Amino acid sequence: MGFHVNAQQFDQWLAGLKEDYDVYAPVCIRGGSIYSDADCIRYGKIDRIEDVVFDKKSEYSFKEAMIPVSETLFYFTEEDCTVPPARKKGAVIFLRSCDLSAVQRLDDMYLGNGPEDFYYERIRSRIRFVLMGCSKSFDSCFCVSMGTNTASRYDLCVNVRTDGFAVDCPNREWAEFFMHCGCEEQPVTPDRVTENRTKVTLPENLSTEVYRASLWDEYNKRCINCGRCNFVCPTCTCFTMQDLFYTENGKVGERRRVWASCMVDGFTDVAGGGSYRKKNGERMRFKVMHKVFDYKERNGYHMCVGCGRCDDICPEYISFSRILNRLEDGMKEVSGS
Amino acid sequence: MTQNRYLPFPSRILDVIKHTDIEYTFRMEFSGEVKPGQFFEVSIPKYGEAPISVSGIGENYVDLTIRRVGKVTNEVFEHYTGDTLLMRGPYGNGFDLDNYRGKELVIIAGGTGVSPVRGVISWFGDHPEERKGMTIITGFKSEKDILFKEDFRRWRNQMNVILTLDAGEETEDHKIGLVTKFIPDLELADVSLAQAIVVGPPAMMRFSVQGLLARGFKEENIWVSHERKMCCGLGKCGHCKIGDTYVCLDGPVFNYTKGKTLID
Ligand code: SF4
Ligand code: SF4
Ligand code: FES
Repeated sequence: MGFHVNAQQFDQWLAGLKEDYDVYAPVCIRGGSIYSDADCIRYGKIDRIEDVVFDKKSEYSFKEAMIPVSETLFYFTEEDCTVPPARKKGAVIFLRSCDLSAVQRLDDMYLGNGPEDFYYERIRSRIRFVLMGCSKSFDSCFCVSMGTNTASRYDLCVNVRTDGFAVDCPNREWAEFFMHCGCEEQPVTPDRVTENRTKVTLPENLSTEVYRASLWDEYNKRCINCGRCNFVCPTCTCFTMQDLFYTENGKVGERRRVWASCMVDGFTDVAGGGSYRKKNGERMRFKVMHKVFDYKERNGYHMCVGCGRCDDICPEYISFSRILNRLEDGMKEVSGS
Repeated sequence: MTQNRYLPFPSRILDVIKHTDIEYTFRMEFSGEVKPGQFFEVSIPKYGEAPISVSGIGENYVDLTIRRVGKVTNEVFEHYTGDTLLMRGPYGNGFDLDNYRGKELVIIAGGTGVSPVRGVISWFGDHPEERKGMTIITGFKSEKDILFKEDFRRWRNQMNVILTLDAGEETEDHKIGLVTKFIPDLELADVSLAQAIVVGPPAMMRFSVQGLLARGFKEENIWVSHERKMCCGLGKCGHCKIGDTYVCLDGPVFNYTKGKTLID
């Protein structure tokens, strides 16, 4: 059901959500950039629609609002483990269509790929999504190539208009609100881009043979394995367990899980000192193949949603989309044709 | 509601067996389904969780052989009989004994790699009617690194045992040289049907498999078990992933036809 909604009506709707939900959206953090005093767009709680940044891409993805960077799994004593209570409120999250596609990847990793994850499930089941229509593509986006420029599983979609917002609201309960506050009904479909400046073509015959290609070597030196590309990625799911001990004997404390990066040292270290993928080029290959090959082998579709955040954040100006476009030559090189 | 699989349970330490200065077996209270080659995530006070493979299985216990390496597994050595440890599991596929029933069996294991196959060796040792000829080739660095000495005494009466050390003097009990040295001379009735299991450090596994293939073993009759960093055991943390494979879910035991495709 579609409506024309003005800012005041939108704010009323947001106010009504407050009791049950925290609302998260891309906001401008003044001086929050990692490079300088520049502003940074990342996820934060909002009260009013004017807080939402529509005209820029968020540096970090919505994942921050959904999966805590560090999450206490339980508190332990020698005999007992206590799980912290779930968040009091559910969450409403504003995101774009590439990111809504990323939610499906997160679901398939945390709810599938082995047994269901308790902590993810208890947050996920209380999240509602607001799709932000995209009227134009940002430079590094390649959603069209990845097929993530359209999205359908949203509770509400909002397109920015000069005189307010065009809203599509499949969520019945929410639609009632807009009807009652006198919003004019109109057919609304999500704004979407049909062309990006950045285009990616993956070779049809991509296989693990491409491991042997020379393209990876370049990243041994260029990549400084800082892991930023993983932390901004809406589809990266890896974490590491960390114990925090309250007592000297290590028997009372808490266990947390924290976001981890396959680019950073220590990711594969085993007890006794063994480690795998020591070179940064090998790590790059591992990450790239996970995003556009391995994950697909297990789930039938690509993990990467083409949001371009990894390109935007890399301090060494390494372009992930460019690497994807080099895979074809890589395959030619190893197959000798 | 979704079960919280991250929650460990307290398990009592029933016994502690000291093998070497740095390797101990902890006999932990546990009753439930478990197979050799599977692993538990054991909470080690002052360190955190570590994946430890099952080195023995009994009526109401599992043996976990823990090596004191780095700071990772040191703290557990403060624990003794009667004390408890938090653990969860078992995880992974483990060895399926049916793959080896009625066949000639060769097991090659190096160092702590003996732990995951100890259950397989013992079972086929105690049940000779369930298999044909059986040889184990086990390698340790030196005499003081030998694990499961008691077991070896029993195994020597049950099967052909080759125990070899990297260096030192040859004695009646052990030979000198890498495990690979003994592969060409393996006596087998029919190599095309014989099954082999290889567990140990990466280089040792690679060369052992090469040796077995050269000896005439078929790829599909070779089984390997991989050690990787594993934080969750549940297919979530990503640390154990190799290509499209999650060692904690799909392994750690792989048939070599699959194992050979795993490239880090
Ligand atoms: S690709 Fe760039 S962002 Fe990613 S780890 Fe390397 S240097 Fe850091
Ligand atoms: S790999 Fe890069 S472009 Fe793809 S989803 Fe992750 S951050 Fe976005
Ligand atoms: S151990 Fe975490 S995914 Fe395998």
